[in-house]
Amino acid sequence: MKTSADEQELERRFQQRIEDEQKIEPKDWMPAAYRKNLIRQISQHAHSEVIGMQPEGNFLTRAPSLRRKAVLLSKIQDEAGHGLYLYSAAETLGTPRSELIAALQAGEAKYASIFNYPTQTWGDVGAIGWLVDGAAIVNQISLQRTSYGPYARGMVRICKEESFHQRQGYEIMIALAHGSAEQREMAQDSLNRFYWPALMMFGPHDRESAHSARSMQWKIKRETNDDLRQKFIDQTVPQIAFLGLEHPDSGIRWNEERQHYDHGEIDWNEFYAVINGNGHCNRQRMEHHIRAHEEGAWVRDAIAAHREKRGGRKQQVA
Amino acid sequence: MNDDDSKQATLAYALRLGDDSLVLGQRISEWVSNAPFLEEDIACGNVALDYIGRARLYYGYAAELAADGRDEDDFAYLRSAREFRNYLIYELPRGDFAFTQVRQLLVDLFNTGYLAALAGSRDATLAAIAAKAIKETRYHLRRSREWVLRLGDGTGESHRRTQKALDDLWGYTHELFEPDALELRLAAAGTGVDTAALKPEWKRALAAVLNEATLSLPADDWAVRGGRTGYHTENLGHLLTQLQSIHRAYPGCRW
Repeated sequence: MKTSADEQELERRFQQRIEDEQKIEPKDWMPAAYRKNLIRQISQHAHSEVIGMQPEGNFLTRAPSLRRKAVLLSKIQDEAGHGLYLYSAAETLGTPRSELIAALQAGEAKYASIFNYPTQTWGDVGAIGWLVDGAAIVNQISLQRTSYGPYARGMVRICKEESFHQRQGYEIMIALAHGSAEQREMAQDSLNRFYWPALMMFGPHDRESAHSARSMQWKIKRETNDDLRQKFIDQTVPQIAFLGLEHPDSGIRWNEERQHYDHGEIDWNEFYAVINGNGHCNRQRMEHHIRAHEEGAWVRDAIAAHREKRGGRKQQVA
Repeated sequence: MNDDDSKQATLAYALRLGDDSLVLGQRISEWVSNAPFLEEDIACGNVALDYIGRARLYYGYAAELAADGRDEDDFAYLRSAREFRNYLIYELPRGDFAFTQVRQLLVDLFNTGYLAALAGSRDATLAAIAAKAIKETRYHLRRSREWVLRLGDGTGESHRRTQKALDDLWGYTHELFEPDALELRLAAAGTGVDTAALKPEWKRALAAVLNEATLSLPADDWAVRGGRTGYHTENLGHLLTQLQSIHRAYPGCRW
């Protein structure tokens, strides 16, 4: 039996490895709270990829050209694939996917709040690829250096695909911005609706973030919410200008001293309202996920029954 | 058949194959985010993507033959249900997972024979498209065969659903093997496929899978036809309404 002195020594060594930038691997000793924190973050990330299939999937059957339909299919397929890597990464910490999904459906686990916004026009598919995936990449690039090995390695691959997705979304926006008056209007409208929610994806200000300090100490998080958000704001200004669209933030100004853009304040009431279930699609997203899962129950049962029968038959033959 | 006749016939033929691919691809894509588990969301997306890719190749060739400024999207988005020439089996709603996989098995077996024959077409473009598509179809068949085995010989419920799907789909399989005058003409010219010749092998291969899956081959006591003449079920209009809605709402736009 381990004494608390042993525990303290293990924890000291663990923190030292983190300081030395060594990756923590599944079979290594880790503090229970580190494990719990990681399961929370990785599963939340996995759920976001999965729920994120819905708003874009909403336009799969209506994509306005065959090329766009094919690209969107590939993109959504990639997102589902990211969900799979991430569930697998979370499983290395000892929690099976079925439990993670049950927690999502019970409302105990979260997913990115951005997916509670409705996709109303084809422009929204462009805006999601450009802004939502764009914001995700900024966050994920920094997570390539996260301290947990399987998560960090998953991020390397995910980042490569996400950068394609962002270009895919931006390409949709370019076509709209250079198209008819109605298409330009569609592009502007989608930008206006998705810009602020995309900024909210980085989470609350650091001083108000529940998990930030601990996660930074363990190097699960490598950069703060506000620093990452600033990067995204800075990179988006010239992209909006290139499209010839109006910036949705009238407070956006270059600050020579900071070498960053100053910006208007985010509507945090909206942020918390959507997180707390008052977004347009919170209920719809969860009902959709649960319905598909329940409708698939007989299929999953059939696989199990078939496997058992086949195993039984093989034994008879042997 | 003079050159112009032959070109028009090949154009009509390519459009039929494009319609088959687009309509089924559209149906399968409806499974994305609705599948029984995440791996199947991905797999269904992948199969749908293969079909959409095929539709683009066939329509692209049709556009080349038409040489009148129309492109792949004009064929997909600006024709009415009465102008579509897909087989009816492709336009039926996705149903439950058993329905989708049984349909897939029926058409994968059909396409395995069809594309192998078309890969030998005297028309170099059709032959090249078929040579690419058959690789995909062989993979699709591995999947649909496995699924029908698991569902047919799984639980009581999965067996019942799978047999029902087979019974409900059976009447739509007959027209697959009933080539019309255009198809027979192209088959005689070495360009197209005489699908009647594919039926014995199709039925033999299907019976083998069904036997292993503990399912019964339905009786040939009903048949619905009309896909190749544009006489469709009520489902196609709704499918196209959705597929074409944005494209048609903004005439002449590039996307």
